[in-house]
Amino acid sequence: MKSENIIELKDISIAFGSQTVLDGINLNIKYGEFVTLLGPSGCGKTTTLRIIGGFEEPDSGDILFDGKNINGVPSYKRQVNTIFQRYALFPHLNVYENIAFGMRVKKVKESEIKEKVSKMLKLVNLEGLEKRKIDTLSGGQQQRVAIARALANEPRVLLLDEPLAALDLKLRKDMQVELKNIQQSLGITFIFVTHDQEEALTMSDTIVVMDEGKIQQIGTPKDIYNEPENAFVADFIGESNILDGIMRKDYLAEFSGHKFECLDKGFAANEAVDVVVRPEDVDIVKPEDGMLTGVVTSVSFLGVHYEIIVDIGGFKWMIQTTDEAFEGETVGLYIEPDAIHIMKKSQYSGKYGDYSTYSDEIEHLNDTEPQEETENEKSFDW
Amino acid sequence: MKKVSIGNPHVATPYVIWSVIFIVVPLLMVAYYSFTDANGSFTFENISTIFQFNYLRIFGESILYAFVATAITLVISYPLAYFMTKTSLSTQATLMLLVMLPMWMNLLIRTYSISNILERNGIINTALDMLGFEKVQLINTPGAVILGMVYNFIPYMILPIYSVLSKIDNRLIEASSDLGANGLVTLRRVILPLSMPGAVSGITMVFVPSVSTFYISQKLGGIHNELIGDVIEQQFKLNNNYNLGASLSLVLMVMIIISLAIMNRFASDDDGGVIV
Repeated sequence: MKSENIIELKDISIAFGSQTVLDGINLNIKYGEFVTLLGPSGCGKTTTLRIIGGFEEPDSGDILFDGKNINGVPSYKRQVNTIFQRYALFPHLNVYENIAFGMRVKKVKESEIKEKVSKMLKLVNLEGLEKRKIDTLSGGQQQRVAIARALANEPRVLLLDEPLAALDLKLRKDMQVELKNIQQSLGITFIFVTHDQEEALTMSDTIVVMDEGKIQQIGTPKDIYNEPENAFVADFIGESNILDGIMRKDYLAEFSGHKFECLDKGFAANEAVDVVVRPEDVDIVKPEDGMLTGVVTSVSFLGVHYEIIVDIGGFKWMIQTTDEAFEGETVGLYIEPDAIHIMKKSQYSGKYGDYSTYSDEIEHLNDTEPQEETENEKSFDW
Repeated sequence: MKKVSIGNPHVATPYVIWSVIFIVVPLLMVAYYSFTDANGSFTFENISTIFQFNYLRIFGESILYAFVATAITLVISYPLAYFMTKTSLSTQATLMLLVMLPMWMNLLIRTYSISNILERNGIINTALDMLGFEKVQLINTPGAVILGMVYNFIPYMILPIYSVLSKIDNRLIEASSDLGANGLVTLRRVILPLSMPGAVSGITMVFVPSVSTFYISQKLGGIHNELIGDVIEQQFKLNNNYNLGASLSLVLMVMIIISLAIMNRFASDDDGGVIV
């Protein structure tokens, strides 16, 4: 029986010295899927990718490719190719020779190489740059050469390690669309590593959210956003107000001193839970019409909407709305039942989701990978 | 107060003056002596003297010895430098110290020690004698001269190759492996070409002192392995013939430039040489 998975990771663990980097990773990746490993720096996403690429050996666990165990198979024998962070193009070779590298190693006929390179250059829109030296190319062009060099080997799986992190915002958006198009037209599996949640949401079929060497949630972008499994996922993907609550019974949650109708069930009566309310799902109404009332402590105009912080009994809510409010004003909040998402308590409970230290929050989310330069941070999309 | 910036053209002045006094003027003097006779009148006689079989043979031998010594040095140094980069940082520091250590000793003393080892009654022959073997002729052979060159100049080969190799981005090696290249193919297609600049400067830094040495050949080569450096020294010290000595130096310089140009052409295709 042939499984629908091209790659299966079974209980993978690895430690560097005394530091556990991956702790029991189980992950199945389907043929032709666009999977994104998403998480903050140090969460183990790059290590997971390097294990699949054959650059790290796990301390324990199995890696299956096409159903066959590939533990210990060196990277040059695996049917995967990698697009490295900052591309790792060969500086001593020109564009043509970089793309031809893998084929030359495999002793492909010169005429075939020529044909393939020009096809690849066409695919990534770099026709006419064959003879250029790598250091004369812009970041975006180098990115494209890296893609062409990897795809020229016709990999079964393409691994992408934060490939867009060094590009400026506009170029990054364009490349997101282009990569997605390339993936769909070639039908090969992409495993994409990023710390940028928006990038993950736009591009992926499946998102794997990781933190502290563990997988926190696997799901479609919609699942991950609408049904986060714990406070970490809710906080990492988008903005969230995360409150302590109690499930009084099925479809009835109590938080902030008020009982709310909701769509969640299956919890024990009076079970303590985490409640997620997305900022864009809260309506600001007159105090007398609100389920909750509070005082506006800050208002920022962000173009499309206002970002309003409302203090309700000491907990600061973030609300994104097109209705204007003013600092010091008392307002009411109105929340629809389908805007409320209930999560089980986890180790992350209480760590996230309060906007009383909002500026710190931004810094935390801007925390980019250590390898990246400051120029990348500037282009980080917040 | 006027700020002195690094970009200020006057900052270079001391170096320009230095270069003129210690590089340009001496070169002009060499050229002057080369084309004059003892009375100071213009002549081509010195240069035409050199184009006699005896001198040309010594030139040829000097270049050959230096070439062989450089080749041996390269063959020893490259793998050594490569394996050095594979060891832990503390081991690298220790190995580096060991490579440098002999350089802190005077060249003459080092060469003298080698001759002590190779002599008719030196360490090797004494040992052979004690073990009941025949004594062998080690000193005053071409091999001894080349050994002296290799031993004395090998740090100048190891250091630049090591420094280039240790700077190669490990991700390039991973990328090569990712694209299907095993260790040997990666060495040939990525590491060797990227380390070429180090090898070229190493070659230059070993070849030039080897081709013009006189002490090593005198001490280890005896009278039969005279190199051009010895001939030049004799002209200045014994024969007091500054004019012939200067023109020999001039011709040697031209030959070094030609040799290096050929080697650089050989070593790097389009990047251009490091020295020439």
